[in-house]
Amino acid sequence: MESLVGNIDLKESLKQHLEQQLSNASSYLKEISINSFDKFEKLGFPTIKNEDWKYTNFSTVLKNNFQLSNENSLTYEQLSKLLFSKLQGNILVVVNGIYRPEFSTILEKENTLQVRKINNLSKEFIEQHLSKTLAVSDAMTSLNTAFASQALILQIPKGKVVEHPVYLYFIASSDSNIFFHPRTIVVAEENSQIKLAEIHQKQGNHISFSNAFTDIYLDKDANVEYYKIQPDQEEHYHVGTTQVVHKEKSCFCGTTITLGGTIVRNNMNLILNSNHCDSTINGLYVGNNNQHIDNHSLVDHAMPNCLSNELYKGVLNGKSTGVFNGKIFVRQDAQKTNAFQSNKTILLSKDATMNTKPQLEIFADDVKCSHGATIGQLDDEPMFYLRSRGLSESSARMMLVSAFAQDIIEHIKLEPLKELMVTMLEETLIQN
Amino acid sequence: MSENIKVLEEITSSEYKYGFVTNIESDAAPMGLNEDTIRFISAKKNEPEWLLEWRLKAYRHWLTLEQPTWQNLKIPEINFQNIIYYSAPKKKPQYNSLDEIDPELRDTFNKLGISLTEQKRLSGVAVDAVIDSVSVTTTYKEKLGELGIVFCALSEAVHTHPDLVKKYLGAVVPMTDNFYTCLNSAVFSDGSFVYIPKGVRCPMELSTYFRINAENTGQFERTLIIADEEAYVSYLEGCTAPMRDENQLHAAVVELIALDKSEIKYSTVQNWYPGDKEGKGGIYNFVTKRGICSGVKSKISWTQVETGSAITWKYPSVILKGDDSIGEFYSVAVTNNYQQADTGTKMIHIGKNTKSRIVSKGISAGRSHNSYRGLVEIMKRADNARNFSQCDSLLLGDRCGAHTFPYVEVRNNTGKVEHEATTSKIGEDIIFYCNQRGIATEEAVALIVNGYCKEVLNQLPMEFAVEAQKLLAISLEGSVG
Repeated sequence: MESLVGNIDLKESLKQHLEQQLSNASSYLKEISINSFDKFEKLGFPTIKNEDWKYTNFSTVLKNNFQLSNENSLTYEQLSKLLFSKLQGNILVVVNGIYRPEFSTILEKENTLQVRKINNLSKEFIEQHLSKTLAVSDAMTSLNTAFASQALILQIPKGKVVEHPVYLYFIASSDSNIFFHPRTIVVAEENSQIKLAEIHQKQGNHISFSNAFTDIYLDKDANVEYYKIQPDQEEHYHVGTTQVVHKEKSCFCGTTITLGGTIVRNNMNLILNSNHCDSTINGLYVGNNNQHIDNHSLVDHAMPNCLSNELYKGVLNGKSTGVFNGKIFVRQDAQKTNAFQSNKTILLSKDATMNTKPQLEIFADDVKCSHGATIGQLDDEPMFYLRSRGLSESSARMMLVSAFAQDIIEHIKLEPLKELMVTMLEETLIQN
Repeated sequence: MSENIKVLEEITSSEYKYGFVTNIESDAAPMGLNEDTIRFISAKKNEPEWLLEWRLKAYRHWLTLEQPTWQNLKIPEINFQNIIYYSAPKKKPQYNSLDEIDPELRDTFNKLGISLTEQKRLSGVAVDAVIDSVSVTTTYKEKLGELGIVFCALSEAVHTHPDLVKKYLGAVVPMTDNFYTCLNSAVFSDGSFVYIPKGVRCPMELSTYFRINAENTGQFERTLIIADEEAYVSYLEGCTAPMRDENQLHAAVVELIALDKSEIKYSTVQNWYPGDKEGKGGIYNFVTKRGICSGVKSKISWTQVETGSAITWKYPSVILKGDDSIGEFYSVAVTNNYQQADTGTKMIHIGKNTKSRIVSKGISAGRSHNSYRGLVEIMKRADNARNFSQCDSLLLGDRCGAHTFPYVEVRNNTGKVEHEATTSKIGEDIIFYCNQRGIATEEAVALIVNGYCKEVLNQLPMEFAVEAQKLLAISLEGSVG
């Protein structure tokens, strides 16, 4: 039920740009791209009339003129300011949706972590890992898949453990407004392990709009730790989907931390397609000024004996808006499912708004499912306690808010990232 | 487990207890819907010109609307031209005492277990019985009249209290609100009208009984309850319908208006024919119920026990406009076989210090689907608003579904909103515990379900609570999966 939005020019220029980009692609990729783009054209940019986009409206920003090519003049000096020196490991840099090996450092051996571009890969691989998203009827996903001929592939072979964490930087850099579609496919083969952190950064003052999509495939017994970090930044618009497909006994732990961005929409889809899978997703969003942060999650329990756990917390100040929509599906076959979900938000100012919709759809009876949502302000009592011990109002407030947010940050197992997040959160809160 | 299956079969094969047809000569409108049908209804009821215009306006707007599709229900296509929109027991005689009532009609009530005389004598409940759209008799009317309480059929109120009706009809649920309210506004046949004057506490529970009687008639009743300042009223609504193979449509509208410091308590027990075990037949129950706490410190409380209907689509809501007003919603929805229910509430907080509480218990068995859909909205100026919602689902059987769609929208940071939901089945350990102590499985289930729903059943007036408990036991015995 997506309806068309007025921006015909942008659609037209996207089409032209796609044609240029596809001139060198293999025929198979070309077919997928064109099919996806057709689908996108049919659906149009999502509007608030669409139930999934009810609270999040991108129509104003889409009226801008955008550069669609990946051209940029990013220098190493400029880049190094955007990289966090504390985070040491495999550094992969994607600029405007294109993987840049010259900016990247890979510590791991080739037989542990394979980093490739999609056009070097076989038809079978593409068939297995890309064409499935064709079925998704979301316009932004289709649009991303249309530009997937530039996708970056990370593959961890069977039984390998990626020792150093992988920091994947998505950089937006241009001399004008830019609209781009980074696509990443992570394939963790049987019994492999990886720690992966996506960091979304921006260079320059122009409007950047990224429409990202990350597929994560977990084979039997695979273990993936995943982080998505969105530091504070202005004039940045983001629609990002992370789709996780589980196989037997695999284990996924994902954390999304959103501190910045003008309008941010994160989709986290977990597809628990086999027995005994274990999935945890956490999220933290801190909004200020006119920021709009939207977290959608979908946990689809298709098979028995799986566990999913979800905790999203948010702090909203200024005129910011938060959206949480958590869907849990438990299909008829998925007996003995445990699925838990919780969403807690603190509204710090009078003008902040929170819309939450925790949704459960359950078709099996032998399950334990729960969801909870709370929205409120800081409790008076702890505030009074701290004030009576001589703390100023602002520092007491700060202490309570960061304690609230720590719940999510504490779950970060990657120590350097955890430290970084603690300082980053503090900075954001002080600014607020 | 085989015992369970046996009991389940017994229950599902048992026939609908209230399935009978009363042969009262009906005076019906021709099948189908057009402006003439509306004029016919209006003329039949001898309505004033403004009401006819109002109906026609609704009808013309209805033509521009489409049936909503957003709900989590599978609704077979409804042919709105295939329905008789008006059917009244022929000639409305004027009765002075209950004995004068058509004996066959009285039998109907007796079969339903709401013998009017009995109730008059024992429970002191005043019943305004609605059979196929026309209010047949109103008991205790005189006694209520002494207090200034108006409790009569809406069609009568149009003549006796035109100002009130004109002022409040469509004030809470505008005729253009949705597809079914619009249809109801065009063709509503009758319903109850209640007005409680200033400072009066209604001494008894007011009650109506709705039945859909003649074949192929939709029931489109409209209830309007107004509680003036510092008034109190408790209103009961019970619904049954005889067994019919074709689906029958019921699209009612209920409007409640609570002025300063008044309180309205509205309770429903709905056990309309749910269709047979193959999912054939049954009532489509598409009801819009909404109340407005327009005055300060007013209170509206909805309690519902929904066990019947093939499809239920119902969201009793409260608009908390007055400062310090309170809205409550207590619901038990039970679905079995192929029944579908999409029900819940809306709490719209507009005034300061408004409070709302939602307790919803869904029980699904067989191949049924039960959804809770609710909205809690805290508007910008609703300082210190408070909401607590709890919606629990119980699944009996592995082919049923339980769904929750809660919307929470908060625009004021002093608001405090909590929502909790759980879904589970009755634990085998609990059943085992009961079995050990000599309680048979089906009794144990009834016991557990009753305990599970207690929070809601406690809100019902006593006579209803007893009936509701029986209903729960009947619809669910032995369905432990």
